Amino acid sequence: MNNSLWVAKTGLDAQQTRMSVIANNLANVNTTGFKKSNAVFEDLIYQNLRQAGGQTSQQTRSATGLEIGTGSRLVATERDFAQGTLSQTDNALDVAINGRGFLQILLPDGTQAYTRDGSLQLDAEGNLVTAGGYAVLPGINVPIEAQSLIIGQDGVVSVQTPGQAAPQEVGNLTLADFVNPGGLAARGENLLLETAASGPAQIGAPGANGLGTVRQGALESSNVNVVEELVDMIETQRAYELNSKAIETSDQMLSYVNNNL
Amino acid sequence: MDRLLYVAMNGASRALQAQGTVSHNLANASTPGFKAALSQTEATNVEGPGWQSRVHASAAEGGYDALPGAVRTTGRSLDIALQPGTWLAVEAADGSTAYTRAGNLQIDVNGRLQTASGAAVLGGGGAIGVPPAESISIGRDGTFSIIPLGVGGGVNAEIDRIRVVQEPAAGMVRGVDGLFRPSDPAEELQPAGDEAILSGALEQSNVNPATALVSMIEQQRRFETQIQLMKKADEHAQRTAELLRMR
Repeated sequence: MNNSLWVAKTGLDAQQTRMSVIANNLANVNTTGFKKSNAVFEDLIYQNLRQAGGQTSQQTRSATGLEIGTGSRLVATERDFAQGTLSQTDNALDVAINGRGFLQILLPDGTQAYTRDGSLQLDAEGNLVTAGGYAVLPGINVPIEAQSLIIGQDGVVSVQTPGQAAPQEVGNLTLADFVNPGGLAARGENLLLETAASGPAQIGAPGANGLGTVRQGALESSNVNVVEELVDMIETQRAYELNSKAIETSDQMLSYVNNNL
Repeated sequence: MDRLLYVAMNGASRALQAQGTVSHNLANASTPGFKAALSQTEATNVEGPGWQSRVHASAAEGGYDALPGAVRTTGRSLDIALQPGTWLAVEAADGSTAYTRAGNLQIDVNGRLQTASGAAVLGGGGAIGVPPAESISIGRDGTFSIIPLGVGGGVNAEIDRIRVVQEPAAGMVRGVDGLFRPSDPAEELQPAGDEAILSGALEQSNVNPATALVSMIEQQRRFETQIQLMKKADEHAQRTAELLRMR
């Protein structure tokens, strides 16, 4: 069959997926620590109908070949790890990471996940957990008699207990960093997983080795730029329409043959 | 069989092929650095005994539309837009040097700088390896520098210089992998000037939707004309058959 129909279909597919990526970004505009994704396009391989440099006679060669394009595809959805704005919440259990790094989370199946969402909670035993109830690594236990909780910029967690003049240190928050954070796989629930593309996690104290610092009483907003997404959406819609127009035209051409010959 | 039919059939099939090229361009309306493909036909005489009345349309490489695409500011430090008439050197899958205008670069897990489709970006001496970095900046002349991770005091380390070349006099041709190569492989490519790169910006596809739509209509009508001719050829054959029956 005519390849023009299928070529236009690849364009429709790509624009459709791009629209999903934009919709996901917009849906997560208020998700704490969310990092937006961008759809990355590339052109598909070309079909070589006539090789460039082929001999057209004993003495002459064709200067150019003949290549027909086969459409486009989405090659990746690239996560943009630009810093989101920090908003002040004054909740002692909220932490925002200012700079590089992720909090480490222990999943129920024993594997580790990473997140930028620092809206932490305490569970029934006084352990520091995420809003989803997963334990923060390394485990930090806050005694029940604690009056207040202080998290320093370097991740030191200390509590003030009654009858004690000096705060007691109960643990350290550490941050994980990756060579290629863009290679992390999204697991949902604001969690990211290590992959072969991201490289192994490098654990360190906040503020050391180029890692970001931890801010207590603040949360990192998503880095979605609503205006940018809306402009992208308009562009996607128009590109989609153009591709569907190409399918329509190719269809009309073929139906013309059927009706007239 | 009547010769008219075959000449018209060739014309129709060329129009359909050109439609495929338009579809390809529209499908790549969002591909960074994409250059619209052009289609072209050439007249081919059918040689042989008798009067040379048949001239077929045969497909010829139309090349690509070299107009620069619109430059969009992204703010991403690994996005680069090239000045018109310059090309970014990358390593093709077969290890040879090829060129592209797609400037949405990435760093893979081994720290290799590459294009979105995975071709290594070439520097002064081969692929560019990027150590873990706190921040990355690409200068106007292609100087790739980083602030290394874990080194305080804003130390800026120069890693390499991205190789950007001037367009060869003989022009470029697109390969099957979508990368470009010089038309004349023997031609030495000159390095581009000191202001070839704009970092934090991306050259969009240069497909012009209006042109594509008009071209689509044109191909459609051309196609219909050829089909009409084929219909006429059929009618002629029928009339001839009728005449023969009358005798």
